[in-house]
Amino acid sequence: MKGENVMLAVKDLEVYYGSIHAIKKISFEVREGEIVTLIGANGAGKTTTLHAISGLVKARSGEINFCGNNLRSMEAHKIIRLGLAQVPEGRRIFASMTVQENLEMGAYIRRDREQIQQDYERVFERLPRLKERRRQIAGTLSGGEQQMLAIGRALMSNPKMLLLDEPSMGLSPLLVSEIFKIIRDVNESGMTVLLVEQNAKQALEIADRAYVLETGTISMSGDASELAADEKVRAAYLGGSQ
Amino acid sequence: MDFLTQIINGLGQGSIYALVALGYSMVYGITQLINFAHGDIIMVGAYTTYVMLIMAGTPLWAAILAAVLFCAVVGVIIEQVAYQRLLNKNAPRISLLITAIGVSMLLQNLYQLIFKSDAKSVSNVLPSFPIPVGPLEISSVTLITIVTSVLVMLLLQILVKKTRIGKAMRATSEDAGAAKLMGISSRNTIAFTFAIGSGLAAIGAVLYCGAYPQITPYMGSMLGLKAFVAAVLGGIGSIPGAMIGGILIGVAESLTKALGWSQITDAVVFGILILVLLVKPAGLLGRNIKEKV
Repeated sequence: MKGENVMLAVKDLEVYYGSIHAIKKISFEVREGEIVTLIGANGAGKTTTLHAISGLVKARSGEINFCGNNLRSMEAHKIIRLGLAQVPEGRRIFASMTVQENLEMGAYIRRDREQIQQDYERVFERLPRLKERRRQIAGTLSGGEQQMLAIGRALMSNPKMLLLDEPSMGLSPLLVSEIFKIIRDVNESGMTVLLVEQNAKQALEIADRAYVLETGTISMSGDASELAADEKVRAAYLGGSQ
Repeated sequence: MDFLTQIINGLGQGSIYALVALGYSMVYGITQLINFAHGDIIMVGAYTTYVMLIMAGTPLWAAILAAVLFCAVVGVIIEQVAYQRLLNKNAPRISLLITAIGVSMLLQNLYQLIFKSDAKSVSNVLPSFPIPVGPLEISSVTLITIVTSVLVMLLLQILVKKTRIGKAMRATSEDAGAAKLMGISSRNTIAFTFAIGSGLAAIGAVLYCGAYPQITPYMGSMLGLKAFVAAVLGGIGSIPGAMIGGILIGVAESLTKALGWSQITDAVVFGILILVLLVKPAGLLGRNIKEKV
């Protein structure tokens, strides 16, 4: 069933920051059950693209369609109710709240108490380190734990699709592998994932398909394994021909 | 002996400052707006008490309820009409500040138009009799003020720490963008914060009338300014900070008076502000969270 129904479709998206043309008519799609990755250098427009999808910045033109809903006309705080959760760049956990409270905020839109309790347990099963630190103030967690918390928080909304923005940022190689393993596990349990990454190597390893973003346009796209083997991609993003 | 009495009087006055300072601090925490019209909400609360208690002759509880509800509504209207568009458009802070000063002047002049500028007397709002505490005699008004403020602040702590909307307020004040991603509407949270802050100021107003039964359309300026100093002293944006700041300012004022320097109490209060800004600009409990990478 992977790859049959288009879940998220972005068409001719354009975003401006003042007079800066940050995103220039890009189109891509994510199908149900896939991990799609958007790779590119710093400043290519990856985060801007995600912010446009989640409503934190307004697009100038184009279409963003998620499960039949037009996201462009929707306020940011309503989008999560459609089942689209985001793990933002830099984690942006609520540092002065406890781990538990952060997860509660993730479940803010939900009222089904019993199901929420079960989902805490599911999140803790997946991310056991959070369970140990349940009562701890989130700001005192290590970088890797904060990233896990950001992922756990997003999962608590019980989404259909997860947007991840640079989850490997600032983490040691060991932790990066751990985070990517978590992403793959989450995907294997049925979650559709759009992963934005500078760490192209790891992203292409777990993704089904990929798009390369260069200064606001999509320069290449295809199966992740094909892109990983592509000479140009290897030269530009994978540190030469290793 | 006299010294202790003065401290207790200071606690009474300080808890009123604290109630008002909470409004400044909570609104600042969420919007980074210094709502200079907040002081005038005290005045609105005092006049509501006057209208209910003296003009309409209602019992005290009805006057308090009316003052709290009316101030909460006025606070939300001010937010929706004056600030919301500026906040949505990320207007420069200076535009918000000027707007706040404008709203303050509007309220003062509106109330002068309705009630004239002469002082109105709101006597016997709270039952007044001396209560012997050990060797001291404390006014019942002071005691009621302190006890009420403590109870209200405890309720506020429960609201902020335990309830869904309280947690939404904390999340929004920490990172409004991330809070939106969780499905929290900034608009509703900001409106709710204005309502709570204004309601607290209304309770402060009733207690203030208990101690100083003269009200004028301008009474909110100095009171509001001192409460603002209290909020900055405690660390603006911090709820416990506003409480501590309010109490400290009240006690400092009262001790200055006890030393026979009544004329310079205001100077002492603003002197404290200058000192705090020089030594610890973030205030006593000001936020200083380092981001971890």
